[in-house]
Amino acid sequence: MKKMKMSLLIGLMLLLAVFLVACGGDDSESSEGSTDTNGEDNGETASEENPETTLTFLVDNQTVTDGIEAVAEDIKEKHNITTEIELRPGGTEGDNIVKTRLATGEMTDIMWYNSGSLFKALNPEEYFLDISGESFVEKYDDAYKETVSVGDAVYGVPGEASSAGGWLYNKKVYEELGLEVPNTWDELMANNEAIKEAGKVPVIASYKDTWTSQLVLLADYYNVHSEDPDFAEQFTNNEAKFASTPIALRGFEKLQALQEAGHYNGEESATGYEDALEMLASGEAAHYPMLTFALAAIADTYPDNIEDIGFFGQPGAEADDHGVTLWMPGSIYANKDSENVEAIKTWLEYFVSDEGLETYMAEMKANGPYVLEGVELPDDAYPAVKDMASYLEAGKVGPALEFLSPLKGPTLEQITVEVGLGMVTPEEGAEKYDRDVERQAQQLDLEGW
Amino acid sequence: MKINKMYSYSLLIPAGLIYGLFFLYPTIMSFFFGFTRWNLTDWEWIGLENYIMFFEESSLMIGFKNTFIFAFLTAGLKVVLGLIFAVLLTAKLRTKRFIRSLVFFPVLVSTIAVGIAFSVLLHPSEGLVNTVLGLIGLNGPDWLGNPNLAIYSVAFVDVWKGVGIATVIFIAGMMSIPVDYYEAHQMDGGNKFNAFWHITLPLSRPAINAVIILALIGGLRTFDLVWAMTGGGPGFSSDLIASIIYKQYQAGFYGLSTAGNVLLFLMVAVIVFPIFKYLNRKEVDL
Repeated sequence: MKKMKMSLLIGLMLLLAVFLVACGGDDSESSEGSTDTNGEDNGETASEENPETTLTFLVDNQTVTDGIEAVAEDIKEKHNITTEIELRPGGTEGDNIVKTRLATGEMTDIMWYNSGSLFKALNPEEYFLDISGESFVEKYDDAYKETVSVGDAVYGVPGEASSAGGWLYNKKVYEELGLEVPNTWDELMANNEAIKEAGKVPVIASYKDTWTSQLVLLADYYNVHSEDPDFAEQFTNNEAKFASTPIALRGFEKLQALQEAGHYNGEESATGYEDALEMLASGEAAHYPMLTFALAAIADTYPDNIEDIGFFGQPGAEADDHGVTLWMPGSIYANKDSENVEAIKTWLEYFVSDEGLETYMAEMKANGPYVLEGVELPDDAYPAVKDMASYLEAGKVGPALEFLSPLKGPTLEQITVEVGLGMVTPEEGAEKYDRDVERQAQQLDLEGW
Repeated sequence: MKINKMYSYSLLIPAGLIYGLFFLYPTIMSFFFGFTRWNLTDWEWIGLENYIMFFEESSLMIGFKNTFIFAFLTAGLKVVLGLIFAVLLTAKLRTKRFIRSLVFFPVLVSTIAVGIAFSVLLHPSEGLVNTVLGLIGLNGPDWLGNPNLAIYSVAFVDVWKGVGIATVIFIAGMMSIPVDYYEAHQMDGGNKFNAFWHITLPLSRPAINAVIILALIGGLRTFDLVWAMTGGGPGFSSDLIASIIYKQYQAGFYGLSTAGNVLLFLMVAVIVFPIFKYLNRKEVDL
């Protein structure tokens, strides 16, 4: 009896093993098979001069695709390339989908993704097509190019205009109270005090959507960069920490200073991004530290108020060094293993060509400057975007840290909520974040960690 | 005899294969991957580092404390409230059936929907709860926004949602107690309280034990309600182990989240097994 049980058990284990091996084998065969049939499909429908091709395009559902769709229609007309857009969730959930599909070889022909640290965490050499040889790459702004490159290889095409991180403010409130745009942090705090006395909310904290809590810290990076230009490199190489670099720690301190002075709205944890936009647009609140992509949402929901919204960069200590932190645009990347490499190159080239951009801009308003040489902001840009022009002319712009370093700790948004609510001190928050970054660096297998 | 045995085992093979492939194999592998830093294509052995990190980092450690509080608080309340409801609903009430379905109703609603609905109800200034409190002159706190309160608010919502199932199990248990005992008790002139304490309670023991175990395991593994109501916030103050594991996985820290899963598995086992044994010893036969 016992023997019988044993042999059955062993038999079961063996079967299991065989089953597993079979599964593994099946996977690779089926994926090869599917790409093959794709190829055949294309062959069948091909007409001789201008073969019809279909490119699949994975985009997250937070990105407004109107502009892309308009350009895609042009491309369909001119090059007979159909674009099939496939939507995925955004945020970290979407990251998982992208990583899984890349690893299993099931990525679409082209895909939309962030530039900078998130992109570099994808292990780009393995999955994406190097387009450094294409002529349009020469038009790239250097700071942008760096965020979609690994070594000499370039992988991305800018999919939109850049945006800026700083303070959106309600111009009507400023007019009413006779305030000036602040050029130093102290001036900003003084403005806040005046706004508070007038019975309005000086600064909106919308911690129900935790990601919004990071802006005060991240938008402060222009000030860090201007005082300590090597911080990003040292940070990446494990030589500089937020907790031990006073100028970097300032960002955490500013978060807390606003809470201590009572400048936030109260009910921070119950206020979401949408609520914040309403408070700002209606003039119930004066400031909202945010990325300029919020302008499109304001224009969409409160079209009458968009003219009232202005923008300034998060000020530092010196009035003559008041600059703006830039967020690089999301980019479009090409799948290296796609069957349609030529079509992809045509697609990308058209997308950043003058014609393509014209179509795009007719559909979409810019949240900030374009990262291509010779492309100017159109005259009908949002007033808040025009406010950025003076910073651009003076050259007082710098990219955010996540575009200079591949490191960005994933729990930053929870930590900035803790600091912003006064649950921990700025020092404790910075230390926590440094440890979070350390985990990230180890997971990315960076040197020196 | 032999053939019969073989026959019965052979019927187990299909289910066994599926169970082995999709449950046993991943479970065993997770014990291995908990010791590594891995991504979808590669792994590196790092020994106990993941586990040490889990115990050292305050934002990870808080999950153990909260899970512990959450599981015992909800299990305790579900047993107590469930017993009270069950006693009431086995009594001679005219609207018994209606109230029974009313108590059970929350169990049928999706947890995420409950979470979203309650995060609206518990809004500090516009929520129904604080509006009602305001009417009687009380100034309600920020239920989900106060870091010291958030985990308890979520626990109470969990009790609201889960007490129905406990009640139904208790009712079933109480209905199976033969009426003879109560008749004998009445003959001896005992009062209602004594009937409950000396007859109902000891004879519902199996039902009570089932509820305790189910509620504890459910509480230890809770994720969806916390995620829908607070996302673990503010900061990390209402994070449970399960929500931490989810966040670490989302962040791409696969090794760390696997280690967390192993710890959760061990924690459930260490807490539940002894309790299960202890409770079973105390059961009495009808």
